[in-house]
Amino acid sequence: MLIKKPDDIRPSEITPESVYLNRRQFMRGLLGGAALAASGTALALPKPEFDGDLPVYPGPDWLQAQLRAGERNTELSTDEAPAPYQHAIRHNNFYEFGTRKTDPSRNAQQFVTDPWSVEIGGEVGKPGTYPLEDLLKPYRLEERIVRLRCVEAWSMVIPFVGIPLADLLKRVQPNSRARYVEFTTLHDPQQMPGQRSVFSTLDWPYVEGLRIDEAMHPLSFLAVGMYGNALPPQNGAPLRLVVPWKYGFKWVKSIVKIRLVEQMPNTTWNRAAPDEYGFYANVNPAVDHPRWSQATERRLPSSLFQPNIIDTQPFNGYGEQVAHLYRDLDLTKWF
Amino acid sequence: MVLTTAVRTMPWLRVLQWWLVFLAALLPLVSIGYDAWIFNLGADPAKEIVDHLGRWALYFLWITLAITPLRRLLHWGWLQRYRRMMGLYCLFYACLHLLAFATFIVGWRWDLLLTAFTERPYIFVGASALLLLIPLGITSTRGWQRRLKKNWLRLHRLAYPAALLVLVHVIWLIRSSYFDAVIYGVLLAWMLGYRLYLKRTS
Ligand code: HEM
Repeated sequence: MLIKKPDDIRPSEITPESVYLNRRQFMRGLLGGAALAASGTALALPKPEFDGDLPVYPGPDWLQAQLRAGERNTELSTDEAPAPYQHAIRHNNFYEFGTRKTDPSRNAQQFVTDPWSVEIGGEVGKPGTYPLEDLLKPYRLEERIVRLRCVEAWSMVIPFVGIPLADLLKRVQPNSRARYVEFTTLHDPQQMPGQRSVFSTLDWPYVEGLRIDEAMHPLSFLAVGMYGNALPPQNGAPLRLVVPWKYGFKWVKSIVKIRLVEQMPNTTWNRAAPDEYGFYANVNPAVDHPRWSQATERRLPSSLFQPNIIDTQPFNGYGEQVAHLYRDLDLTKWF
Repeated sequence: MVLTTAVRTMPWLRVLQWWLVFLAALLPLVSIGYDAWIFNLGADPAKEIVDHLGRWALYFLWITLAITPLRRLLHWGWLQRYRRMMGLYCLFYACLHLLAFATFIVGWRWDLLLTAFTERPYIFVGASALLLLIPLGITSTRGWQRRLKKNWLRLHRLAYPAALLVLVHVIWLIRSSYFDAVIYGVLLAWMLGYRLYLKRTS
């Protein structure tokens, strides 16, 4: 497939949104998904198609300016059709805001995500607490359409906007003792009702981690936006991890702390149920969750007439890019 | 109180009450059907439907088991008339729950169904509970009650292990919140405990 390089004129600046959205739909129908991806570069950061009362998350001014300058990374995008916007913002696992899929979109609307700063520390040359705006300033945002595979055996295709994680890490200069990266979600029981629940098996704050070579991999991504806009609070605003070859629970949300460390981080789900959720959590159809199968997944949105069951791919279909990271690892032991 | 005396003295009120309860118990089905019809179930309507039907199967089983203690404690003799209906509604919603799972979640793929029933402990327990409930539904008629005599009561005590299996089914599918399971468990412990207490003191 011919991959065009992004050009500098973004048609969103010269074409009214409604026109190019229609054109996009038209072309999707006419030429199919592959053509959409190829022409995607010319259609930078299309916004979702709004129907009436859907909430929109434009984000703070500084972010809006950066979103306008963003462009799609077609090489790292799938050509599968993204889920309709309303489903991506209303079907979330974000236990800080409740355990049902619709809880986060109900309970997170007042969540304050600006101003926001991220503490970066541990084995780095330039530790510090950085306002998110300053962290992002040097970069041009890119959009990547990726497959999100939840450990519960459903999946969704979502266009995220953000920066490669490696770019940010390199800027804070990890030293030779930095073997893992640990991410921590905000702990704020006042704002996050799930953190007040006495019936939860999870310890707060939520902690996730990556091996340093995983973190430096080009597929590891920090998202600040979705569907051309800012991240909605229920989707992990203002900053979340996107690691598309790993189960969704690794994609830690609303990050306030990033530490480079020597020891493997003690991650939240792994602590709660070590036999069910491993540190690596690479998507793997050959290793079942003890309580359900991982061989297939249901691609959402599904309809009652079409359960949309598809075979799960090793590394969620990103094996070509990432399988080499695990050459020496027994993936049934290190699931 | 006024209502119960009125029902006793006026037979047509009794019929009306029966129909009201009968139709009210269909509302959970109507509401989920309506939401599905207007596409109001979000990205994963299949899971919404399965969960909804499973919850209502559990509620009706719990209501069925609550009738004896409530009737005694509140002296509401009329409750007894609805025990069979509640039990049958439990079976009704449990069958729909299974049917929805097989149709909407696994799309009748036999390979997936087979592994679900053999390898997924929570499904295996759910299926065992349903297997216990089916003979109870079949023998719930007056005719069977007469034919089985004393054994009828003994047979229908299977509702207790069935309820315990349902509780295990629910505990086993917990990801992180024990809230629902604790509520169900406390209620069940009270209902079964009350029966033990009756037996001890009688
Ligand atoms: C063959 C029998 C059964 C099958 C295959 C089955 C299957 C399922 C499945 C797939 C779920 C969703 C699990 C998840 O969250 O991933 C579920 C949940 C549930 N089931 Fe069943 N089940 C069966 C029997 C029963 C019975 C007999 C009852 C009650 C009388 C019941 C009550 C429930 C309840 C209360 C839930 C939890 C819903 C919620 O609150 O999320 N199930 N079942």
